[in-house]
Amino acid sequence: MSKKEKEILKETPVTQEPASQEPEVVVDVNNLSVGFTVRGKKINVIRNISFKVYRGETLAIVGESGSGKSVTTKTFTGMLEKNGFVSNGSIMFDGMDLAKFKTNDDWRPIRGKRIATIFQDPMTSLNPLLTIGFQISEVLRLHHGLSKQEAKQEAIKLLKKVRIPNAEARYDDYPFQYSGGMRQRVVIAIALACRPEILICDEPTTALDVTVQAQIIALIKELQEEYHWTTIFITHDLGVVANVANRIAVMYGGQIVEYGTVEDVFYNPAHPYTWALLASLPQLGSKDEALSYIKGNPPSFSGEIIGDAFAPRNEYAMNIDFVKEPPMFQISPTHCAKTWLLDPRAPKVEKPKVIQELHERMKRAAEELKRQEGVEDE
Amino acid sequence: MSKEKEKKIGEQAPVQELDIFEQGRKDHPEDDDTIVKMRDVRVAFKIGSIERVIINHLNLDIKRGEVLGLVGESGSGKTTIGRALIRINKVSGGEVLFNNVKISGKIPKKTERLLKTKMQMIFQDPGDSLNDRANIDYIVSEGLRAFKLYKDEEDRLQKVQQMMQRVGLRPEYLNRYPHEFSGGQRQRIGIARCMIMNPEFVIADEPISALDVSIRAQVLNLIREFQQERKMTVLFIAHDLSVVRYISDRIAVIYAGHIVEIAEANRLFEAPLHPYTKSLLSAVPIPDPKVERKKKIITYNPAELHHYVLSDAPKLVEIEPGHFVRCNTPELEQYKQELERLGGKK
Repeated sequence: MSKKEKEILKETPVTQEPASQEPEVVVDVNNLSVGFTVRGKKINVIRNISFKVYRGETLAIVGESGSGKSVTTKTFTGMLEKNGFVSNGSIMFDGMDLAKFKTNDDWRPIRGKRIATIFQDPMTSLNPLLTIGFQISEVLRLHHGLSKQEAKQEAIKLLKKVRIPNAEARYDDYPFQYSGGMRQRVVIAIALACRPEILICDEPTTALDVTVQAQIIALIKELQEEYHWTTIFITHDLGVVANVANRIAVMYGGQIVEYGTVEDVFYNPAHPYTWALLASLPQLGSKDEALSYIKGNPPSFSGEIIGDAFAPRNEYAMNIDFVKEPPMFQISPTHCAKTWLLDPRAPKVEKPKVIQELHERMKRAAEELKRQEGVEDE
Repeated sequence: MSKEKEKKIGEQAPVQELDIFEQGRKDHPEDDDTIVKMRDVRVAFKIGSIERVIINHLNLDIKRGEVLGLVGESGSGKTTIGRALIRINKVSGGEVLFNNVKISGKIPKKTERLLKTKMQMIFQDPGDSLNDRANIDYIVSEGLRAFKLYKDEEDRLQKVQQMMQRVGLRPEYLNRYPHEFSGGQRQRIGIARCMIMNPEFVIADEPISALDVSIRAQVLNLIREFQQERKMTVLFIAHDLSVVRYISDRIAVIYAGHIVEIAEANRLFEAPLHPYTKSLLSAVPIPDPKVERKKKIITYNPAELHHYVLSDAPKLVEIEPGHFVRCNTPELEQYKQELERLGGKK
């Protein structure tokens, strides 16, 4: 921490989290860079990111496709594609530096057992040729050394935990006999079987209907309360994370551009990219005006990125954004953002109106809902 | 496509002078504000010898120039309705009228051909619905070629280039192949292919479900621009109510093959009556942590909620002007009371 940052810390009134109650850090990522070798050329996909994951909390990583959110978490379990490599930095987890792990033997005690992942498409993580029951009990037998009978009992318990109706009868079904939402529940059950400390959810609801999405998110949240694990929730939809996340990291072009508690990011977003992400949510659109959207495409990593990666698409971009990369500015002890707009010398800009009014608008929406519910209760 | 083949198709299909659909509009001026009518439509799939009825006794009117949102979960039959309209799925009972001309079941070849120029579809997965081996020029102009809707090669190219620009793609991209584009760009190509035919009626089947949120807005805006500019009619199929509210004039909610509620878009959000509509509404994530944490999700359990008997079967009833809900007699009373409490239509 620089001198200046320390000063800011002193000045800022302590509001929500006094330093003494700072939760325990589970994963500490420092200056992590990840590269890929493509056709003999090295490209940098994750560019020098640092963040912390706190125990028992949910960290949401939000960004568009290609922003590097999945790649970041893949380094936690050593699941980078063959041509990928960690080129710099460290990932500290329980005294170990995961960035130094190489072989499968290194990873075996961590991957699945202590850090588990749920993927977007449950069909790709389940084996279509094996029964659901076999796939859950396999984990229990291998990791916990249970006998076949014990494993079956335990697996059925797990299926009930994730609310599979009629679990005994469905134990011998194959994945294709389950619906998308049910399959995702099975994947959660498999992840649960190992009692992981960290659960990485990589777009777990993107392929699902809204109603099912709401159920799965509720389930993950509920189980988290019971098992006290830490969740890393990856998504491209900021709307989804309002409910689950404690903290949010917004990623763009292989960097974290904003990091803060969920309240910081929703009520006081500082980075223009976060503004754009929020403003493009259809929930905030009104019929009379066109929805706002982010023009252009995410940056390509083939060339070197100069200045702020978001500058070409940013309507608030200043000249310096095209020349020099902005540093991370600390806004409050919990909140920081990587944009030159926070520099004291930068001109004051107004956030898009939609975002300024976000809470008021949403409060109204909630009142509408409540009114309808109230009617139901009577 | 080779030049000769192209010519042959062109010769086969001179565009008709007398348009049966225009005639249909003229013959029934009293019904002219309704472009599509589905009457008692039944769609069933045969799996082996077992017949599964997906939709039965479905009645739906789509008004000319409106955007009708069709919302429901996977398996509710919303896509089947869209596909039945455009004759991909066979209608096994009832009938579908387009401009007061029957377009379901057996219809003359000529009518079917003409229909293809008037009704177009935008598909969910922009990757799967584009031919991998054809370049963009071919994909976008396929419809033009099939119906010879251009004067000469120069005219065709100009039309395609204009359309590319209109959907925000560079004309230089014409010689590229679908895999060279991102998801959002591919969906634009899908839209270009649809809009170049200048259709009267467009079925958009979950056109944005496979896209990132930031790109969804672009595609939604594009569809809306086209719709307003050309006064097209759009059936917009989706599973997410928040998306549909933004684009639709009216919204129909469908569950298990039945329309359970139809109303004007804003009215449906103000005064949802059917429990399934309420559960869908409660599932929409609210981008506000304080509100979202307090929100209760309503689950819909038809077996517990509805006690339908044969003598009093549920029907789609107009409970207030333009607002229909599926209910039986006791439920109708209950919904009426609810409406009263919620206040009248503003």
